[in-house]
Amino acid sequence: MVGFRSLKALVLGAGLVAGLGVQAPALAAGGEIHLPDTRFSFDGLFGHFDRASAQRGFQVYKEVCSSCHGMHQLSYRNLRDLGLSENEVAGIAATVQVMDGPNDEGQFVERAGRASDRFHAPFPNEKAARAANNGAYPPDLSVIAKAREGGADYLHALLVGYEEPPAGMQLGAGMHYNKYFPGHQIAMPAPLNSDGQVEFHDGTKSTIDQMARDVSQFLTWAAEPELEQRKAMGVKIILFLTVLGGLAYAVKRKVWADVH
Amino acid sequence: MSIGLHKSDFANPVIRWVDSRLPIFTMMQKEYGTFPTPRNFNYFWNFGALAMINLLIMIATGIFLAMNYTAHTGMAFDSVERIMRDVNYGWLLRYAHANGASMFFIVVYIHIFRGLYYGSYKAPRELLWMLGVVIFLLMMATAFMGYVLPWGQMSFWGATVITNLFSAFPLVGETIVTWLWGGFSVDNPTLNRFYSLHYLMPFVIFGVVFLHVAALHITGSNNPLGIDPKGPQDTLPFHPYYTAKDSVGIVAYLAVFALIVFFFPNALGHPDNYIPANPLVTPPHIVPEWYFLPFYAILRAVPDKLGGVLMMFGSIAILFVLPWLDTSPVRSMRFRPLARPFFAVWVVSFFVLLWCGGKPAEEPYVTISRVAAAYYFLYFLVILPLLGRLERPLPLPESISLPVLRGGGPLPAGAMSKPMEKA
Ligand code: HEC
Ligand code: HEM
Repeated sequence: MVGFRSLKALVLGAGLVAGLGVQAPALAAGGEIHLPDTRFSFDGLFGHFDRASAQRGFQVYKEVCSSCHGMHQLSYRNLRDLGLSENEVAGIAATVQVMDGPNDEGQFVERAGRASDRFHAPFPNEKAARAANNGAYPPDLSVIAKAREGGADYLHALLVGYEEPPAGMQLGAGMHYNKYFPGHQIAMPAPLNSDGQVEFHDGTKSTIDQMARDVSQFLTWAAEPELEQRKAMGVKIILFLTVLGGLAYAVKRKVWADVH
Repeated sequence: MSIGLHKSDFANPVIRWVDSRLPIFTMMQKEYGTFPTPRNFNYFWNFGALAMINLLIMIATGIFLAMNYTAHTGMAFDSVERIMRDVNYGWLLRYAHANGASMFFIVVYIHIFRGLYYGSYKAPRELLWMLGVVIFLLMMATAFMGYVLPWGQMSFWGATVITNLFSAFPLVGETIVTWLWGGFSVDNPTLNRFYSLHYLMPFVIFGVVFLHVAALHITGSNNPLGIDPKGPQDTLPFHPYYTAKDSVGIVAYLAVFALIVFFFPNALGHPDNYIPANPLVTPPHIVPEWYFLPFYAILRAVPDKLGGVLMMFGSIAILFVLPWLDTSPVRSMRFRPLARPFFAVWVVSFFVLLWCGGKPAEEPYVTISRVAAAYYFLYFLVILPLLGRLERPLPLPESISLPVLRGGGPLPAGAMSKPMEKA
């Protein structure tokens, strides 16, 4: 039926347009900001984490970001997934002091961190964090890669996006200009501000861009630790369903052979 | 019906023993085995079975999520993240459940469009259709309350905006809102009752689905030609013909579902829902889940709050009376040359509303939503009632088997003279 075909095309077209529109709700807000596409190893159907990069990213987090940002969903033991050995993880955990208790005497005591502890929080609570940061709150970074439009591309862009404000723009007190932050005024001072700020053990040159990439890789792993398993399983399941679909269709054809 | 054992024809003695005391095997055989089904279904007729499968997937994943979820404002967000990290295949359960809700609405929207195009709501299937609308409403309530559970920013603010709508009703509005909240704002009591209801409602849906299918098995299915089967030559036993055809649809549906769950699990969600709920910080735009956007757009298209709420509910309530608004006795739009383009524009207006609902409430989106919303209602309230009188339908085929057996080619001259049938 010609009429039905064109109706179908119309409906599909409208659906597609509406679907695309819904895809980018945040873009509609304010001026459009284009993020540079960073091409991470975990993009695409066969994506996987670049372990070396994620380990460097953890180092950047530990040495730079962790003085302001917590990651309370993660435990030190999770770092094993990044290829760190049991000893390395124990060593990292032991660098922090954790309040534990009450013990059998009812006392709370400080002890060295263990692999099973959550990442150490820089501030005891939100008020303390705000007090130390000019009233701004450095958000927990555990799921930040899922909590921002653009994910890792946005994180990378944000970290390299600090600039002098355009002429005539009045920044608020304690605010900094960032090309990619919505509204362009951010309370976080450029955390990555000089090449060589972090010394990578594997000899990679720690340019600002490299540190930003590595920490974005790390934060994506932290937000979606299941990503590799998920994509690998997805490929198998899609292959399986393709074969099953072929079989189901063949059976259907056979069953219906005497009807049409 | 007489009292006494049912006379069962099953050969297997155990099955026969059970069946003669409780004839469920006879029933299954009658309703899903030999059930006479029009022979000319196209793939749009898969979507009822798909909706059923989807409901089962939601219940199965939901029950396992519930074993690990904590309904408390201080713990809900972290408990969902813990499901994603520390529960075996918890990420799969949670992504399947969250995206399963989207799949459910895709499937049900197609199922509803199918009904609208082929006139499946017309006599004698009015009650069947109305039960479907009840299911749709219950699904919306269930999904809305489910979305509150992870207690992210959109959970909290979506719940605040939507529950606040009830305050538009004069006199009782404020009382209703306080009653829904269990307090004076969306807070822990709200989360707890929503969780309880979110667990309950799918089983209520299951009950209504049973009635929906029971009603279907009284009237029998409609079909793409919209004419009644005239005899055995027009039907096929449900099994193996439609079990085989539904299997193809189910595998295709699972493939689409898998593609979303495994590769784009957050594409249909809003990133703000990964920010824990904070009553002190309002997100720049509060948008509901995509499947509510058409109705959200209608709400915002009306300048008056109460008016908007009434129009929004009205846009679904109108479906209940659709069988009486559409005055044409011809079911399938294949034979309704005028209704067809008007319906196509209605579908476009639905998608336009969906698109506008995701945009901020400013120009030009407000005006576009108004035009689309106006057409949405115009179609049901004016166009369909009038078309039944003004339109000259194309001649209906004599029977289902005729065009099918002839490969759907041009109809024989004799078929042209047949007046359209009135069911
Ligand atoms: C001196 C403290 C400090 C350090 C060090 C710091 N941040 Fe921040 N960060 C902040 C504050 C304060 C905010 C809140 C900014 C605002 O809301 O304006 C913030 C916000 C952010 C945001 C959220 C931006 C958004 O879109 O809302 C991200 C992402 C972020 N920081 C990442 C990092 C990373 C990665 C590092 C380490 C390379 C880092 N931060 C180091 C203080 C800090
Ligand atoms: C009609 C069927 C159902 C629909 C449409 C539905 C919809 C939803 C939605 C949209 C969410 C939020 C997803 C997210 O973003 O995290 C959700 C969460 C949840 N649902 Fe359901 N659901 C259904 C059935 C059930 C059932 C039967 C149960 C329990 C037996 C259940 C338990 C849960 C739990 C515990 C959560 C919170 C965990 C989470 O947010 O992922 N659901 N549901």
